[in-house]
Amino acid sequence: MMETPQPADPALPPPIPPPLPPGPVLAGQVPVAPADPTPVVAFRNVSIAFDGPPVLDDITFSIAPGETRILLGPAGVGKSVLLKLINGLLRPDQGSIELFGEEIAAMSEQRLFPLRTRTGMVFQEGALFDSLTVRDNVAYQLIQEKVPDDEIDRRVHEALTFVELDNTFALFPGSLSGGMRRRVAIARALIHQPELLLYDSPTGGLDPITSTTIVELIVKERDVFRTPSILVTHRLQDAFTLCTHRFDTDLGRMVPIPDGKTDPSTTFLMLEEGRLIFNGSLHNLLHTDNKFVREFLE
Amino acid sequence: MRYPVEASEVTSRSTRAADRMAIEAIERTAKNIVSTVQDYSLFAQRAVTNLFRPPRYWTDFLLQCNIVGVGSTPIVLISGFFTGGVLALQSAATLSEFGATSVTGRFVSLTMIRELGPVLTGIMVAGRNASSMASELGSMVVTEQIDAMRALGVDPVRKLVTPRLFACVTMLFFLTILADAFGITGGAFVTVFMNHQNGTQYFSQAWEHLTYSDIVQGLVKPLVSGFIVASLGCFYGMRTTGGTEGVGRSTIDAVVFSSVLIIFADFLMTQVLLTLFPPI
Repeated sequence: MMETPQPADPALPPPIPPPLPPGPVLAGQVPVAPADPTPVVAFRNVSIAFDGPPVLDDITFSIAPGETRILLGPAGVGKSVLLKLINGLLRPDQGSIELFGEEIAAMSEQRLFPLRTRTGMVFQEGALFDSLTVRDNVAYQLIQEKVPDDEIDRRVHEALTFVELDNTFALFPGSLSGGMRRRVAIARALIHQPELLLYDSPTGGLDPITSTTIVELIVKERDVFRTPSILVTHRLQDAFTLCTHRFDTDLGRMVPIPDGKTDPSTTFLMLEEGRLIFNGSLHNLLHTDNKFVREFLE
Repeated sequence: MRYPVEASEVTSRSTRAADRMAIEAIERTAKNIVSTVQDYSLFAQRAVTNLFRPPRYWTDFLLQCNIVGVGSTPIVLISGFFTGGVLALQSAATLSEFGATSVTGRFVSLTMIRELGPVLTGIMVAGRNASSMASELGSMVVTEQIDAMRALGVDPVRKLVTPRLFACVTMLFFLTILADAFGITGGAFVTVFMNHQNGTQYFSQAWEHLTYSDIVQGLVKPLVSGFIVASLGCFYGMRTTGGTEGVGRSTIDAVVFSSVLIIFADFLMTQVLLTLFPPI
């Protein structure tokens, strides 16, 4: 039987059941992807502060190949800081961070540049270069590598087609809407076929329909390329949509995963006042007895 | 009689607390100054040494030469011309008391070439370009474009700062020559058309008393001024914090500190150059 196409509205979060005692895996629960011996990203006891109390305190987690992590938490809890620590845009005060198996906590900026080219990052507001066209923004990395113009144009068209914005090729970012800017930013992050994707609140400040379009692109990227990623958000509906939907390549759109199942490779992290208070699957998140998590979900 | 004793204890305790707070404030300020100087030194060193290692962004260099050089030409020419004119007016009034109006050309050319040309051009370019560099880079910082550049594997200091630095140094050198030339022309204009003196005498005085050391003094200074303008403009831009308000603050800091530093550096360089090339 064909799956029913999902309407454009964001999926509503599933009802929150009461907390469960630790026990055997329940029916319908999809097990979390097993931890890989060589994670793409590994944080060990990472802390960072900016002239005050720690923004992040003793954070330990990892991202396995093919895994999508959703980082939840209220605004100002340190989610974007954590994301910037992953690719070395910020340096921790304590702890160890491994990116692609290399320790980057104390790595020089010059040595970090080649490592960063293996990652793609989508910033909160897109962070497109105002003085460059969409083509030059998306192709920024390729232009630096002196890739021939024909090859650049072809790959930019491919990336823009992926985010369904091929008609913006020659436009400047100033003439794009907020949602279009985020989609161009996703195209820029994808063009170099990164080995890790970092999404910093890609739906923040957008209307629900545009948010769903962005989430659909992220689901598409996850299911088509299987790139490991971490997505920062404080919007539960986006997080649940990511977890409960998959991209149907035949239909060319995002559809719900049948039988109430969730994507096994999509798991959750949650921060509270700089500390990691949750690390696990959607099922565990919904059944946790952590008071803060339950308040956040409600 | 316990009350007076307790009162004096309270007073001395609050005095000690006030002293401690004052010392802490001084310590904090001193640390901030030292830290800023250290950051600036490292930043400037990175910007300079980047020129000697690939990749080099020659297109950005030429673009900045156009922005700094061509863009600043009108204000530099106009300010140079009128400065020369004012010098001629003022000097002629004083020199006439000694019957020495014939040396107006010498006075104007030496003053323009050795001091006013380099300093005025530096300050004009600082007002125009240090502010634009600080605000442009500051806006890029607050909109995360600098972070985006780093995330894309491009060194923003190499891509944005180094071309600006070398373009500013190169262009300020030529702008100073233009300012000197237009200053002397302005002086000539006033001398001939307002003071009704001999133009040939003015130019021969301006030319004949010019020495090699005057030229060296006049052309070393813009190199340093150019470095100050671009490095401080970019430095304050790149360390912008606090959104659009922070961009405004960075712009003010860049213009104020670069202007003051140009004058201070001019004083130091004049001392050194006068020692190296003593007046005959």
